[in-house]
Amino acid sequence: MTDEKFVFSSTAKRRLLILAVVGVVLLVIGIFTTMNAGGHEAVEAAGHGADAAAGHGAEAAGHGEVAEGHHEAGWLQRLYANLWFHNVYFAGIALIGVFFVAVQYVAQAGWSAPIKRIPLAFGNWLPIAGVLMLVIWLVASHDLFHWTHKELYEVGGPKFDEIIYGKKAFLNTGFYLFRMVLYFALWYTFFRWMRKEILQEDLTGSTQHWFKLIRISAGFIVIFAVTSSTSAWDWILSIDTHWFSTMIGWYVFASWWVAGLAAITLITIYLKEQGYLKMVNSNHLHDLGKFVFGFSIFWTYIWISQYLLIYYANIPEESVYFFERLNSDQYAPVFYVILLMNFVFPFLALMTRDSKRHVMFLKIVCSVVLVGHWLDFYLMVTPGTMKENGSFGWMEIGMAMIYLSAFLFVILSNMAKVPLVAKNHPLLEESLHHHI
Amino acid sequence: MDSGKNYLVGIYEDEDVLLAAVKKVRSSGVKIHEVFSPYPVHGLDEALGYKRTRLPIAAFMFGFLGTLLALIMQTYMLAIDWPMIIGGKNYTSVTYVPVTFEMTVLLSAFGMVGTFLVVSNMKPWAKPRIFDLRSTDDKHVMAVDLDENSQSPEEITNVLNESGASEVNSKQFED
Repeated sequence: MTDEKFVFSSTAKRRLLILAVVGVVLLVIGIFTTMNAGGHEAVEAAGHGADAAAGHGAEAAGHGEVAEGHHEAGWLQRLYANLWFHNVYFAGIALIGVFFVAVQYVAQAGWSAPIKRIPLAFGNWLPIAGVLMLVIWLVASHDLFHWTHKELYEVGGPKFDEIIYGKKAFLNTGFYLFRMVLYFALWYTFFRWMRKEILQEDLTGSTQHWFKLIRISAGFIVIFAVTSSTSAWDWILSIDTHWFSTMIGWYVFASWWVAGLAAITLITIYLKEQGYLKMVNSNHLHDLGKFVFGFSIFWTYIWISQYLLIYYANIPEESVYFFERLNSDQYAPVFYVILLMNFVFPFLALMTRDSKRHVMFLKIVCSVVLVGHWLDFYLMVTPGTMKENGSFGWMEIGMAMIYLSAFLFVILSNMAKVPLVAKNHPLLEESLHHHI
Repeated sequence: MDSGKNYLVGIYEDEDVLLAAVKKVRSSGVKIHEVFSPYPVHGLDEALGYKRTRLPIAAFMFGFLGTLLALIMQTYMLAIDWPMIIGGKNYTSVTYVPVTFEMTVLLSAFGMVGTFLVVSNMKPWAKPRIFDLRSTDDKHVMAVDLDENSQSPEEITNVLNESGASEVNSKQFED
């Protein structure tokens, strides 16, 4: 079989560096403009929020919990929220890379044999994401997570919150940090284990590795099924402590999954255009396109499943989540734009067979979907942490560029360390003749 | 030769022989009416030079029709004919989504099946043309329409035999 190795060229490195530098500049500009303009904007926004709360007595229940958490300067809290949603988003994409490889092994899929090293490389971001997550949490937990404030748990105290007190067994700092470390430890261990077997297969050529990988992958998928859901409760759902949604685990997974699939597709296309992956042709791209198309609809299905029931039941403690987003000048447009970018556009643009086979279409749709799910995570985190003071600007865009640059740097440099295409994968021949 | 439709039917034992034969027969200038096989043969469509099916376009049209019908139906029922407030919601709202989705799926599925049956001549009142019963068992069957080809039956028989047919029969249909 072909012996391909990815070379992380200095041009590519320079481009990523430029991207990061531009990102830092934009972030700094964003911080300065927020610091200077922050004062009266915040006052205005607060006034607006008070109006809204007064007008809708029922929904105001949820607003009560927010009141404090504003002791920090606005820009600093915004920076924390910004860091947090980027970290969750990119950790998710890295995790999805490992999950994708696991799914391919468990399904014994042949078509994906030459591209599996791409999602596998995503896993290299997991330890970095884990450390960043831990650091951000330790620094910013009081600004991001309302439930971390001690006074809420003082029985009979002025700020005693019965609902949050009831969740104490699950939402306490020790258990929370233990879970966070456990997730990353489990994910990274399984990633290293799979990677080891995959690289061993290159050397020995024994099919034993392939059979063993099926078993490891099955184990990982069981763990992923639980941890993808519980990590979504921890990192996303617990921001809105009073609110709960039984859909959130699926919702976060769906968003990660589509974003991960789009990222895999884009990097495959990039490598193909650089002259690598000679085995990959439009049939393989067609399959990736189907994944992005199908799971964009899946995401929408989960979205409507969450929204519709809350809308129908109209219980204040549930609808407050959407009330915050829809009755807000800064969040409502994002709310609708997400639906356009993540459902309407990929649904219509990737519907035909031809569009899934053409690189140009895939590039446009996958980029839009990636940005769409990035906005989705923005909208999951920001309204809960920043309340009426959240906004969208250079800070978010700059941070996205920094994260994207770092993520790509890590996975591309790791991709360059190992052969790009498996040498002795038993299904390579099947993939070579893949035709749909 | 009398009235009716006349065909020559080549019988092939093996799918690889069949695929090669299809290419050979077509390159010698004989137009193939249809090939029947007991199971799908990969690459046969390309070898026969068939255009890609336009069924997806029909599916989209029927699906879109389903969307429209569902929206019209619900708006008429719940907002015009018998306006009904349910749970304090608007007459027309996001609650239309499930029914609209189901109608879209239903009509596009039914529409596709119907279109397929009509286009493939499998509609209930169609009289099937069975060229050789063994095409449902273990033989690949290639039918050549004599009216579509200018060559004489003998020439076509030769072409089929040379391409690897185990036998060549003639078949006539009355209509």
